[in-house]
Amino acid sequence: MGQQESMSVRVLDPVTTSPGLWQSMIAVLRRDLRLSVRQKQDLLNPLLFFVMVVALFPLGVSPESDFLREAGAGILWVGALLATLLSLDHLFRFDYEDGTLEQMALQPQPLFVLVLAKTLAHWLVTGLPLVILTPMLGMMLFLDGNSVAVLCLTLLIGTPVLSLIGSVGAALTVGLRAGGVLLSLLVIPLYIPVLIFGTGTVMAAAGGSDVSGHLALMAAILVLALVLAPLAAAVALKISLSAS
Amino acid sequence: MTEPLQHADHLLRAEALECERDGRTLFSDLSFSIVPGTLTRVEGPNGSGKTTLLRILAGLNDNWSGQVYWCGEPRQRHWDQVRRNVLYLGHRPGIKMLLTPLENLQALVAGRQYVPDNILTQALEQVGLGPWTQVPCSQLSAGQKRRVALARLLFADEPVWLLDEAFTALDVDAVAAVERLLEDRVRQGGAVVMTTHHEPALKGMRRIRLGAAGEPESVAHAVGEGG
Repeated sequence: MGQQESMSVRVLDPVTTSPGLWQSMIAVLRRDLRLSVRQKQDLLNPLLFFVMVVALFPLGVSPESDFLREAGAGILWVGALLATLLSLDHLFRFDYEDGTLEQMALQPQPLFVLVLAKTLAHWLVTGLPLVILTPMLGMMLFLDGNSVAVLCLTLLIGTPVLSLIGSVGAALTVGLRAGGVLLSLLVIPLYIPVLIFGTGTVMAAAGGSDVSGHLALMAAILVLALVLAPLAAAVALKISLSAS
Repeated sequence: MTEPLQHADHLLRAEALECERDGRTLFSDLSFSIVPGTLTRVEGPNGSGKTTLLRILAGLNDNWSGQVYWCGEPRQRHWDQVRRNVLYLGHRPGIKMLLTPLENLQALVAGRQYVPDNILTQALEQVGLGPWTQVPCSQLSAGQKRRVALARLLFADEPVWLLDEAFTALDVDAVAAVERLLEDRVRQGGAVVMTTHHEPALKGMRRIRLGAAGEPESVAHAVGEGG
């Protein structure tokens, strides 16, 4: 077997022999969207939860239109926040349990790029439907047209931030047996600034003032989250994988 | 295109590896080389750290000390190259129950290699899943799911394969087929490192023996039997 010692094999260059960042991101996105479509229950649960939480306020606090008009934006924002939180635990858990996450961590592309694609898929199947449902629920809470429009805009900017911040918490707790509660405790404090800016913008719009400054600030938060959250989540995932 | 290895004597080299888990030393002072054209079996009783060792080699586990070299240079300088050149198949191989075998292969391969769909379908036919390419994996048996994962080996171009319990749930014929596949791969210059519970019928197999965890003689040695 002497010839084995002199054997050589071609070492592959990661740049020329493997697909680029976009292709690998699209592959992750396509797989996650496909899985969501096939698991409709997971798709519908956060939405039903959102509708029910919002419906609790007129029933439990007051059905008066004055109160609901006042509190509507806050109710819808808290509802969207809780619905996102509910869906976060699944973001990495299944991938962690079936080994997909290991394979992703070993891909030649940086893990944060793939995490970004996963987070985008998560927003497309939870955050975006919440935004689409909001006008209907806004009407139910006697919000006027202008407030609903501004509310939708804040949610459109805000829900991706919720998914991004949540991805860091989900990545940190993915290796834990009962990570769900811990995840909420970790993530909710980080959601507070987004919530304050989101509802504050709608209040300002209802008060008749210009909201472009508020929206610019929210967009800045989104950009910050977009840049930092995938990096943090990727590091957290590597730690979780290393401990398994 | 055929660029010979800069340091053809070894792809991966581990030096003085030491790993502790829950306060017990799994292995210490473990040194070995993974060279082209060899098949190495990691041996040891349950809990001796076989999977941990493969995960360290793959770069998934960080809780160890020592040094791992890739083509003669410290591995941390070449992470992107290492990830492209090392294929790791764990005992949880990333098969999604809701996807069909073909979709699973597409998703697993998408970031690593350019493989056209007809090659993927061919690979699935070759592992005996021809009639099941369009069926969700949840409807397949444990052995068939394992075959989906192993179908990757039919077109994988990575020089180093790390296979953890690759033969689990396979029937006798499939085991023999995988063994032939590994032998072919080794003949082409690939390096295979694997753990199995059954003794594979493979010629020129090298061994890395790990002791039972926590015992004083847990120091493991790499024994080259193929040379």
